[in-house]
Amino acid sequence: MSVLLAATAAALFGIGTYLVLQRKLSRVIVGVGLMGHGANVLLITAGRRGRSPIIGSSDPSGFADPVPQALALTAIVISFGVTALLLALAYRSWLLTHDDEIADDAEDREVARHGHRDAELVDAAAVEPVDPEGDPTPGEGTP
Amino acid sequence: MIALLALHGVVGVVLVALGGRLGRRGAWLAALVPAATVAWLAGQLGPVLDGRAVTSHVRWLPGLGVDLDLRLDGLAALLLVLVSGIGVAVFAYAARYLPAEGPGVGRLVGLLLLFSGAMVGLVLADDLLVLYGFWELTSVTSFLLIGNDHRKAEARAAALHALLVTGAGALAMLGGFLLLGHEAGTYRISAIVASPPTGPVVGVALALILLGAFTKSAQYPFHSWLPGAMVAPTPVSAYLHSATMVKAGVYLIARLSPAFAADVSWWRPVVVSVGLVTMLGGGLRALRQHDLKVLLAHSTVSQLGFLVAVFGIGTPAAVAAGSTLLLAHGAFKATGFLVVGIVDHQTGTRDLRCIPRLDRTWAPTLVAGTVAAASMAGIPLTLGFVAKESVLEAFLHAGPGPWALAVGGVVAGSALTAAYSARFAWGLSGRGATAPFDVVPAAVRPAPGFVAPAAVLAAATVLLGVVPGVADRLVGAHLAVWHGANAALGLSAVAIASGAALFVLRRRVGRALATGRNLPDGGRAYVGALRGLNVLADRVTAIAQPGSLPIYAGVILLTAAVLPLWALTTGASWPGLPRWVETPAHVPVAIVLVGAALAASVVRRRFSAALFLGVAGYAMAALFVVQGAPDLALTQVAIETLSTVLFVLVLRRLPDRFGWAGGAAAGSGDPADGTTPHDSRMTGRQRALRVGVAVAVAGSVFVLALVMAAPEHPTPTTEQVVARAEPDGHGRNVVNVILVDFRGFDTLGEIFVLASAAIGTVALARAGRRPGTASSPSAASTAAATGPPGRGGDGEPGDRTAPAIRLGRLVTLDVSVRVVFAAVMVGSVYLLFAGHNQPGGGFVGGILAGAAVALRYVAGGIGDVRRLSRARPWTVLGAGLVTSVGTAVAPLLLGDPVLSSAYRKVDLPVLGSVSLSSAAIFDIGVYLVVLGLALMVFESFGDDPVDEAFEPPVSPTGEVPVGADPIDVVGATALGQQAPS
Repeated sequence: MSVLLAATAAALFGIGTYLVLQRKLSRVIVGVGLMGHGANVLLITAGRRGRSPIIGSSDPSGFADPVPQALALTAIVISFGVTALLLALAYRSWLLTHDDEIADDAEDREVARHGHRDAELVDAAAVEPVDPEGDPTPGEGTP
Repeated sequence: MIALLALHGVVGVVLVALGGRLGRRGAWLAALVPAATVAWLAGQLGPVLDGRAVTSHVRWLPGLGVDLDLRLDGLAALLLVLVSGIGVAVFAYAARYLPAEGPGVGRLVGLLLLFSGAMVGLVLADDLLVLYGFWELTSVTSFLLIGNDHRKAEARAAALHALLVTGAGALAMLGGFLLLGHEAGTYRISAIVASPPTGPVVGVALALILLGAFTKSAQYPFHSWLPGAMVAPTPVSAYLHSATMVKAGVYLIARLSPAFAADVSWWRPVVVSVGLVTMLGGGLRALRQHDLKVLLAHSTVSQLGFLVAVFGIGTPAAVAAGSTLLLAHGAFKATGFLVVGIVDHQTGTRDLRCIPRLDRTWAPTLVAGTVAAASMAGIPLTLGFVAKESVLEAFLHAGPGPWALAVGGVVAGSALTAAYSARFAWGLSGRGATAPFDVVPAAVRPAPGFVAPAAVLAAATVLLGVVPGVADRLVGAHLAVWHGANAALGLSAVAIASGAALFVLRRRVGRALATGRNLPDGGRAYVGALRGLNVLADRVTAIAQPGSLPIYAGVILLTAAVLPLWALTTGASWPGLPRWVETPAHVPVAIVLVGAALAASVVRRRFSAALFLGVAGYAMAALFVVQGAPDLALTQVAIETLSTVLFVLVLRRLPDRFGWAGGAAAGSGDPADGTTPHDSRMTGRQRALRVGVAVAVAGSVFVLALVMAAPEHPTPTTEQVVARAEPDGHGRNVVNVILVDFRGFDTLGEIFVLASAAIGTVALARAGRRPGTASSPSAASTAAATGPPGRGGDGEPGDRTAPAIRLGRLVTLDVSVRVVFAAVMVGSVYLLFAGHNQPGGGFVGGILAGAAVALRYVAGGIGDVRRLSRARPWTVLGAGLVTSVGTAVAPLLLGDPVLSSAYRKVDLPVLGSVSLSSAAIFDIGVYLVVLGLALMVFESFGDDPVDEAFEPPVSPTGEVPVGADPIDVVGATALGQQAPS
């Protein structure tokens, strides 16, 4: 690890964060991709730099650390799967709205503004008054 | 005992399952189960009543110290007589009462039996936690029984009310049980009662337990759920809400009271006053009722209060008196409910103002009802009288001073009881009708079998009232009709006389009571609490779930950035700055990476952003080379190629520029806005916030990276991994050995993630598409015929015209692509097999194969890709998963752990000596999954727009006319731009 690469990873994360906070899904995807690169920079520099860790090709004492490499390899492939899924979301969004804007959830906004009457409350209110004898005249007929 | 419980459970579940077919006939079958319980109990009764409890011990959760301890002693036997004896009567009654067929009838019977089993378990349980389990089971079955007719809002509300109140109480009780068990050092009830623990914690525990008992037994102020529960059918009300479930709380108090009443100073005052207040309140409310069933419900509340008060005293005499009252109440209250049910069933009403005069043929029903009322009122020659006498005795002997007040409360409550009992008998006889009704025709007279259960219970009430000595041993005291002219008898007479006076003056009493109806009560508090919770939930939702992705992402990222920093500042020491630059090769890589990232964030066109992301990817590949990671570099290059194609496939649908939305022309951005190529709706404050979060994340990452600076020497893990790669993993490429062998389980999880992503991608992209468009040839050709000219028919092998046209257009490209494709595929297979010893492996190979497929796609469209193989993309994906999982679990068959690797050297004719390792087969699965993912991506997004059901009338970019072949133009451009980097 050097200051240069630490700064590079930080820049990738910062720019990625900025893009992830946007409302256009394609920007979010690019942001996620950049953050993935940043994470891989961190991973790969967490291990020692050196020669390819292939036994027999050189002296093992000069090998690059293979453990972070394996982690980074996994990360690369997974982020491809994530990208594919996010792009499918963008595609779906385009099919439905002809755009990839992530709008606020209308129902959530509605709950925040006006509240939401739950079914059990509706039931309870329908049964009110709890007092079961509704008749205001308590007198009865003659025995 | 375990067998009895199992019998309840099994028959109950069978009845619930087959309920639809059996209807109410199931009740006869169900009646056999409590009958068997009674028979079993009769066999045990002798020794049990002599003080030799029957116990059963089954190890259940040894790790938690919870065992299924059951114990049948005198009190449990008494409760069991009630639960199962009345159970038989109620099931026999239900077989006549319930509609013959109909939704929910069979389920009701089955649930009732399950409830009965839970109740049997509750009284037999000798472990606090086992008791708690059965306690909750009664709550849940009660919820289902009350809400059985879920179409009625009333039933749903009442069921929820009962569940929430008793459930909340039960939670408090569980806390109390845990504290008590902890203090006592055992959860065995018999052991705790034998040597009760003391101390302040025990006091808290008992208070919590009482809370549970009070809610279950409908004590003030938690009583309001019980009258509401009367919406359930009469057998349910008679059984649960009079004779058994509500007695659970009383039972618990009866269990604990003898042990704690004397030592815990507040026990007697609190329990007795809560009981008496409940008794008086319930009695007053019962006096106001017109609906006889609701009258009985309030009278149940009142009687439960009475029982709690008696058991609260805790002396042996009081426990015996309470036991007698428990028995008497079970019998007369069940009779009362059954009789009201008969009248309601036959005449259609249970409102005392509408019940008609019933003629002599109704005599058995009316007599049973009157006996029940008499027993409730405490008239001599009924069991109720005997019980009340002994209770008064117990109170009179409880002590001096404040106990006189308690005696006064009991007498007042008994007077109210006598008054509402009279009201009940009077209303039942039809004398309360406000309008004259005809005598009910004979046709609606209840059948003898329908009345029989109530008549039997009434007969028992009278029998025990006349010769109470029969029950002596069951309640543990000598019972007699005549104790001589003592104080208790006098108080009884006062109570009955006052009750009669209250009944005679009912008009005036009614008017006086009417003024009290607006007093606060538990029911309103419950609805208020429900409403308050709802408002609170809305407020919390408004804050915690604002529905905005940027807010969610911002909060998550900020948390992820700040928390580790906080941990670092408190826990780690600053190691000092590492070198500024490790090797000169890093400088250009960093410049390209950051430059591409910045460019990707400021460009205004979607394609440009995607391409700059690709540039960053290639820079990453360069970094991997510098670091000495050829596998990573290979993978990154292949992935970058593939994902650029993927971006192109999706982005060709989307507007060219970010600013475009909902019909605005492309590139409509104001030129003056050129320096801020972001969403024009974003305000300065919003942007500042975003930049702030981004800076915070970047700063956090920077500090973290410096603190975790890499060690200059290999770690022990690394040394081990390198040293063991060849002897243990039989591979020389250490990274690959780690992936497919040392950390194979992670890789297995990873390919499942990939498969999920692939399935999700296809599902998202193809949802809502016309059925069969992609897979059925006929549908495809229909699309081709109806749509504009294009590649719609490519999927059909027989249709050669469309490809012919295409081949005519780009023969050179097509041929060269096929040659390159074959070469790349061979290369990918080589990487797959060489990967164990050379750079490569399943991931790289699969992605390279995917890139080869991309090449074919660019040249020939989705049709060419589909013609590559008969196997569908999901088949490839599935085959890969099966291969990997199979390799992983196969060692299990040989008795080895999952993912153990086998190894063998094989001599092959051409390739020579080849080392075959099971890890290589595992890697083939990985290869297939990755290739399947790539294929599925093309299947998802590769269709031509003309195949789409959702094709917009005008292409939003305005660049590519509908029906043309945008992929060749755009895709080739995209690939061309990448090539130099």
